[in-house]
Amino acid sequence: MDMISLAHAAVVPVILANLALLASSRLVTCIRLVALQGAVISVTPLIFESGPLTVHTAVLCAVALGLKGVVFPQLLHRTLRRVVVRHEIEPYLGYPLSILLGILGLLASLWLAGRLGVPAASYRSFAAAFATILTGLLLIVTRKKAFTQVMGYLAAENGIFLLTAVLAPGGPLFIELAILLDVFVAVFVMGIAIHHINRQFDCIDTDRFCSLKD
Amino acid sequence: MTARALSVVLPLLMAPLAFAVIHRVKARFAGRQGKPLMQIYRDIRKCLGKGATLSRTTTWLFRAGPTINLAATLAALSFVPLGGLPAAVSFPGDIFVFAYLLAMGRFFTIMAALDTGSSFEGMGASREAVYSCLAEPMLFLALLALARHSGDLSLSGMLAAVSAGSWLTGAPVLALVTVALFLILLAENCRVPFDDPTTHLELTMIHEVMVLDHGGPDFAFIEYAQTLKLWIFAAVATSLLLPAASGSLVWDALWGLAGVFAAAAAVGVTESVMARLRLTRVPPLLAAAGAFAALALILVGG
Repeated sequence: MDMISLAHAAVVPVILANLALLASSRLVTCIRLVALQGAVISVTPLIFESGPLTVHTAVLCAVALGLKGVVFPQLLHRTLRRVVVRHEIEPYLGYPLSILLGILGLLASLWLAGRLGVPAASYRSFAAAFATILTGLLLIVTRKKAFTQVMGYLAAENGIFLLTAVLAPGGPLFIELAILLDVFVAVFVMGIAIHHINRQFDCIDTDRFCSLKD
Repeated sequence: MTARALSVVLPLLMAPLAFAVIHRVKARFAGRQGKPLMQIYRDIRKCLGKGATLSRTTTWLFRAGPTINLAATLAALSFVPLGGLPAAVSFPGDIFVFAYLLAMGRFFTIMAALDTGSSFEGMGASREAVYSCLAEPMLFLALLALARHSGDLSLSGMLAAVSAGSWLTGAPVLALVTVALFLILLAENCRVPFDDPTTHLELTMIHEVMVLDHGGPDFAFIEYAQTLKLWIFAAVATSLLLPAASGSLVWDALWGLAGVFAAAAAVGVTESVMARLRLTRVPPLLAAAGAFAALALILVGG
């Protein structure tokens, strides 16, 4: 397989995971989907790197795979177990409409890739990356639970990771590792925050924050 | 010439057998022996030998429905290649004739169902119309992706353009289209999870409830057309998955047959491992098929 078809093979599960994320109604499914998407995305630097495999890329992929594929889902599952909530996602926006918006986001990303003059080899990967970021933002905005907002944040981070892999292959290792560390800390802190919100208010609906008074 | 004839004659003879394979796979999954593979041929022959009872409220439409449906399905069959064997008829743009011949057959089945004046059949007709409205654009999306991929607008041409080599370069596109076509196969042929062909509760039936009032030769036509339709979709989906180009007539035919029977077995397995979806969950599943096809179109285009 040449590079372009490999890139295609990586792009397809990413886009399908985006649509499935918007369509799934269960938190556990969401965690698995984000983990799967993260695992696929964390090996993409290997595809986009020109020339032979370097230690730099190998380390980055291994760390990203470990974090996105194993550690994050574990942390999220643990948080989900501790916070006893209904395991359903409560959307502001219905699922069909969310999927439609997701597809519109993909089309917009394709249009943007065309406008920006992204080279043909990474055209679709760029679009997929941008669509993933948009999906993440959509999840953050349109879902009620604090938990799903973490999912949206992670999906957006997946998109940014893919975007760096596409646009700047072989970027500085320590910056990328630092970002991964930041995300790790963020997921950790958000898990604790959700736990505290839950203990304080008996629910993790971000809706209710509006009615807070001092 | 022989090859073109074979791609029509083989389905005419063996389509009911492919249908029987589904029953056999399902029976084995349930731990039963299953009815004999030839039983469906006997059923059709028995129905052909019977007279038909017609309700007084029906008109000529009721009699014409099954016949037109069978004729349209036969005509659509002539556009479908079998494995490496070319289709009997082929010209640029025949995918539209192909899709609308099937749509015409369905239209007359629906008309015949409405003609009985029974509320049950009207309900089935309404459901069938809704689902086919949803399935048709998905079928076109999948065929369009294939047309873009092969640069050919005839069904034969676009399927012949797929070879083992094109799986190496365009695997994502072909895989997405194959999955979409398999979902459309299940929807168009009223199989689980879209519809349960063996259900006995009129409220949950879709296709079966439309043909409740047909009997005798009419019912034989309906059954036979149904097996042919399954064959058509199975042949299209599997010639993508198992491209054949051995050049030898016998091997191509055998390879094509193996593909169709494998698809039938896959339908049997699908039906055994999952339940029918709630009616409201069906459109999202068809939308998923459409998403697969649209994604393939995006990947192949440009």
